[in-house]
Amino acid sequence: MGKFVEIKDLSVSFKVSGGLFLRTIGTIQAVNNVSFSIDKGEILGVVGESGCGKSTLARLILRLIESNSGSVTIDGTDIFKMSKKEMRQQRRHMQMVFQDPYSAMDPRYTIFRSLVEPFKIQNVPLPKAEKRKKIDEILELVGLSTEQGFAYPHELSGGQKQRADIARALVLSPQFIILDEPTAALDVSVQAQIIKLLEGLRERLNLTFLFISHDLSLVSYFCDRVIVMYLGRIVEIISADLIGNTPYHPYTKTLIDSIFMTTPGKRNQIPVVEGEVPSPFNLPAGCVFASRCHYVKSICREQNPALEKTVENGQVACHFPLN
Amino acid sequence: MDENNVSEHKHKPPWLVILKRLFTNKMGVIGTILILCLILVAIFGPLLEPYSYKEQNIEIMNQPPSSGHLLGTDDFGRDVLSRIIRGARISFVVGVLSVAISVLIGVVIGSIAGFYGGVIDLILTTIADLTWSMPAILIALLFVAIIGAGLESVVLAIGLSYWAQYARLIRGQILSLKSAVFIEATKSMGASDFVILFKHLLPNSISPVIVAATIGIGNAIVLEATLGFLGMGAQPPSPSWGAMMSNGTAYLFISPWMIIFPGLAMMITVLGFNLFGDSLIDIMDVKNKEYL
Amino acid sequence: MSFLKVSDLEVEFRVDKNTVKPIEKVSFEMNEGEVLGMVGETGSGKSLTAHAIMGLSSLVGGKIRGSVKFEERELLSLAEKEMQSIRGSQIALIPQNPMTSLDPVYRVGDQIVEGLYKHVKISKRKAKLQVLDLMEKLRIPKPDRVFQQYPHQLSGGLKQRIVIAMGLCTNPRLLIADEPTTALDVTVQAQIMRLFKEMTVDKGIGLFLITHDLGVIAQVCDKVAVMYAGNMVEFGKIETLFNTPRHPYTKALLECIPYIGMKKGTLNAISGSVPSTATYPSGCRYHPRCPHSEPQCENEMPPFINIEEDTQVACHLYQEKKG
Repeated sequence: MGKFVEIKDLSVSFKVSGGLFLRTIGTIQAVNNVSFSIDKGEILGVVGESGCGKSTLARLILRLIESNSGSVTIDGTDIFKMSKKEMRQQRRHMQMVFQDPYSAMDPRYTIFRSLVEPFKIQNVPLPKAEKRKKIDEILELVGLSTEQGFAYPHELSGGQKQRADIARALVLSPQFIILDEPTAALDVSVQAQIIKLLEGLRERLNLTFLFISHDLSLVSYFCDRVIVMYLGRIVEIISADLIGNTPYHPYTKTLIDSIFMTTPGKRNQIPVVEGEVPSPFNLPAGCVFASRCHYVKSICREQNPALEKTVENGQVACHFPLN
Repeated sequence: MDENNVSEHKHKPPWLVILKRLFTNKMGVIGTILILCLILVAIFGPLLEPYSYKEQNIEIMNQPPSSGHLLGTDDFGRDVLSRIIRGARISFVVGVLSVAISVLIGVVIGSIAGFYGGVIDLILTTIADLTWSMPAILIALLFVAIIGAGLESVVLAIGLSYWAQYARLIRGQILSLKSAVFIEATKSMGASDFVILFKHLLPNSISPVIVAATIGIGNAIVLEATLGFLGMGAQPPSPSWGAMMSNGTAYLFISPWMIIFPGLAMMITVLGFNLFGDSLIDIMDVKNKEYL
Repeated sequence: MSFLKVSDLEVEFRVDKNTVKPIEKVSFEMNEGEVLGMVGETGSGKSLTAHAIMGLSSLVGGKIRGSVKFEERELLSLAEKEMQSIRGSQIALIPQNPMTSLDPVYRVGDQIVEGLYKHVKISKRKAKLQVLDLMEKLRIPKPDRVFQQYPHQLSGGLKQRIVIAMGLCTNPRLLIADEPTTALDVTVQAQIMRLFKEMTVDKGIGLFLITHDLGVIAQVCDKVAVMYAGNMVEFGKIETLFNTPRHPYTKALLECIPYIGMKKGTLNAISGSVPSTATYPSGCRYHPRCPHSEPQCENEMPPFINIEEDTQVACHLYQEKKG
């Protein structure tokens, strides 16, 4: 049996124009040859810093941006080959929860109205009472009261808005949900509430998640497997319980070392990592991480390492993987 | 944050909320009253006119305000008050119609430019800028030359010269909203461009246009008067305020009331629209928390 | 001589005929060369505390009461002019969000020099040399080049270093940093924090660090104050607070934070949400969410008292023990 979601060779580049006559002055390879798969019911995490392409990846998978190459197969169907009409139907099965709860809903619509909209757009032939019932159920599922359903977005707190956004993603009963930094803008205690909510939803509704975040601790806790991205490429795919002890890629190790632990026993060990993520313009040849890697050798600057399997069935793209 | 706000008030329908807010804004109240007066006078004019606006009576020409003729008479012995009342109707119709034309053209062009961007945007924006830089007077002259003088020319001229500002407003709003998360969310649900434009982008972008349009009505009335003053507007015996003022210049030192009163009427009307328009900015903000 | 002593600090605003006190009964002490952390979630009042210490709240229509003694000098009783000479020279504030602290139309180097000018009388040439030297210490690559650049040409991490330079250029005695790394990538955050420690503690400058990130607090600070809904609920040494948190909120907050290796499903959330300023509960502001809540908690606000050396808590649980 094949995987539930198969991503093959996704790539996209953006032309950047500037100057007096809006000439193209450069290209940014936002996502570069990304391939991976997701099992049904799995929570796959994608972690990386700004510019790594994780948000762009999400939009490529949902075909909100068109990819330059590759394919996305969901439950056996290659959605890149679909016509516009078929794609509209397909969207029922794959939804997204967005990063910014503050502008994720039309400010002029009540939450209720925003939740009814997916039904309208997809022309779901349910009688009004049925729709109302389904929405009430979903509101309860995400922990919002009917009263909050009738509120406008600006009347809700950040956590409540995020719940509303999750509710909207659930309306069409999708099987696959991509969450793009759903808790980045929230306080840590609210984040915990949302994560618990997501844990519960995954159980109840047998959902498959692609969870995008910059927070490695959160991703390693919540997800089953983790993809680490850097400058548009996957550098490592690893099981969440192995991350702490045996990361293979130096960048993964860097991310781990950058975490500030809440255990004061490790005090005064503020992690040292040099440099910043280089500009995505005119990427140097060779490994994308070469400019900042502690273990860099000359081959790293010349040849881009391919993704290879690790002992534990993960993957790593490095000429000299750790361990 | 303010989760308690929700239970504090059950949701009143939006129009009721707007109405209530209107009453708390002093300037808005004054503006509304003035506009209502104009509307009432425009509708019920014929009933209010003490005399017929075109009834001529040479014997009582150029008479100052008196008990019989509250605002005096003009050079044809016509009652100034009656003419002003009838003129209100003209001003109102011209103001509203010309702005309606402008807004319609502006919103359509601005939406297309903002939504599709690229070359289309470039072309449409250039056209808008060209129109913007042409004085309404010149366009009016053009129409007078083609259609002949009269109210129709004036309405068309004003309507066709001022759409650029509405186009710009809508375009700007749409450009900034296009990348909002909720627009992306709607796309991810499978919404067509049509739905996104009409159900989300436009409703969220229309407020500044409404405000500008309200103030624009005032401007249109003044412009009508200017064109009328130049003899391009409504033709005699039509009592447009502009025509009245134009007519009255010759008699400035004989019967100044022929100019003063139409001028005052215009001033009050425009003031009303401006006050109302200004108050709309606050009132129409969905996020304004001054619920009653 | 005590370095910084804050007693019963409160800020009062009048909103629509009601008085609200977004911070109330805030008291703590800080020693020279120490790093004091203030942690809290949105609406806890931590930024407001920093502004109140700098005497800035009055500019926004708030009344500040209580006592803020800096090197034995009562700051709250100073006239605005006197405060202005202290602000920026002896006490410097690094505000949130470097993107908005820098004026986009001036070169960054000039902006730092301007800060220096206001307080120190030296020649332009000397000022520039000092600033370049400082930039080098802050590990800004090619300082003379960066000096000439405009904010939009710099990355987030660089902009933040510039803002830090602005704060440090006058050699202040106390540096208040308000969420200095929130908008930055995790690897950059690690670098900046290390810098902070080097530039302040090593030079005997006191650092008052405000953040919502408990991990940063654990690694960087010596003492920490925990804020909730405008009150200080706990204060103590890092080891004490993280190993044996006293206040129920502190305990709950620590349990909300995911870490690598955490067992799945064990993340705890705090039920309910932070009250808004207008709707603070009576008595202890945390009582509606506290598992140990008693009737006394609803009726009486617990005083902030010393229960051990250098440990203070505001909770009735500890009052009873004292008898």
